[in-house]
Amino acid sequence: MSDLIKIKDNILPLSVTSEASMGKTGSWRTFKPVIDYSKCINCYLCWLYCPFSVISKSEEGVVIDYEYCKGCGVCANVCPVKAIAFVPER
Amino acid sequence: MGVLTLTGNYAVAWAVKRARVQVVAAYPITPQTTIVEKISQMVEDGEMNAKLIRVESEHSALAATFGAAIGGARAFTATASHGLLYMHEVLWWVAGARVPVVMAVVTRAIGPPWNIWTDHSDIMDQRDTGWIISMAEDNQEAFDLTLQAFRITEDDDVNLPMIVGLDAFILSHTYAPVDVLEQEDVDKWLPPRKQLYVIDPENRYSMGNIAYPKDYMLMRYDIERAMERAKKVIEKVDREYGEYFGRSYGGLIECYKCSDAKYLVALMGAWAGDAKEAVDKLRENGYNVGVMRVRFIRPLAVEKILEYASGKKGVLVMDRSISFGSAGPLFIEVSSVLSMNGKPPAMKGVLAGIGGVDVGYRDIMDIISKFVDEVEERGWFVKRQEWFFSHKR
Repeated sequence: MSDLIKIKDNILPLSVTSEASMGKTGSWRTFKPVIDYSKCINCYLCWLYCPFSVISKSEEGVVIDYEYCKGCGVCANVCPVKAIAFVPER
Repeated sequence: MGVLTLTGNYAVAWAVKRARVQVVAAYPITPQTTIVEKISQMVEDGEMNAKLIRVESEHSALAATFGAAIGGARAFTATASHGLLYMHEVLWWVAGARVPVVMAVVTRAIGPPWNIWTDHSDIMDQRDTGWIISMAEDNQEAFDLTLQAFRITEDDDVNLPMIVGLDAFILSHTYAPVDVLEQEDVDKWLPPRKQLYVIDPENRYSMGNIAYPKDYMLMRYDIERAMERAKKVIEKVDREYGEYFGRSYGGLIECYKCSDAKYLVALMGAWAGDAKEAVDKLRENGYNVGVMRVRFIRPLAVEKILEYASGKKGVLVMDRSISFGSAGPLFIEVSSVLSMNGKPPAMKGVLAGIGGVDVGYRDIMDIISKFVDEVEERGWFVKRQEWFFSHKR
């Protein structure tokens, strides 16, 4: 984080919320969640449970932002119809 | 209000009231309890407009005080001994966040075995945390130092927290006359709280996020620079307090009959009063001695120690705690400074009064005269440790 706050010549352990302050965390992923839209029932459990809020709702259904998805697998685990596969990154 | 007869703890409570502290969070522990008990009574009686937070531990006590302080409130807590050790982690948080907080520590031994008497192990254990650390000699100074602490910590050049130390029972529970300043006079001297930043719904920051090593190290450097600046602020605040209220204590170090002395005894806290009495008596017997009372162990008065102790024949340091495997903490500090001098004085570290062993002025006379006689007979030497187990009289 290079955007620490400086006040009156003192660097402080303060920061403001900003995107990618620790880089694009999608690069941390070893497994990738992949949605099979033919099985998805739009229950939004994955959207609700995603600890990083990288799953959003759209007209076409839920969408995973792979720039920031760390690949924890919670979405695949909570999906009631097994519509999310968890596949190794290559 | 004028002069009241107060214990050291009540003197601190009165100073907290006079400073218009807005939030107090604390957990009871002997011998600190009566500070917060008194404050609690003042709040309950409507004499003091503050929020008192009851918490489940000392760790939470300082965390709650810290939170209030970040939110912009003038905040205070008090503890002792095991309570202070339990807080230790949070001390680093407060200093690292550069948030002014004032805490009274009623110095008490650490167990086992269980012991409630005075000893400086608890306060010395906090030397590396980034807190300014002071010790009062008497109840009046406990009052004055607590008030000064708010000015020091909230100074633009400082923004670091501060501990006001007072010895268990010798000060905390012993009644003495204390000049409790008038509220309107304190209001003129102590401005409303200032701090580098406030976190509230309008000022949304995240505090304590991960920082990369180079930023972390720069922040550590900033704390050290603030500590260095605090030396001047402490001197200035004490001087201005003296000009305003007629009492000042010499800033970082009080020198009692130092200038013409050949030998000095350095020590902190209540027994400095006994040391002064010992020095008076010894001077009648031809011993040319003085007292260098270290009021602040952090920041350490490097320049003043050099100034006062340079050219002396001997410097005796009395510690009320031991850093196991090395020496008394004050001895370590003072001897390291005096070793910067090309020709350091003879030095001895005496360990006494640990766990509340009573040390009176006659004991200190014996300790000092023995040191002086040894140096006069043997010449220059350095002895890091000598344990004085006290004789019964």
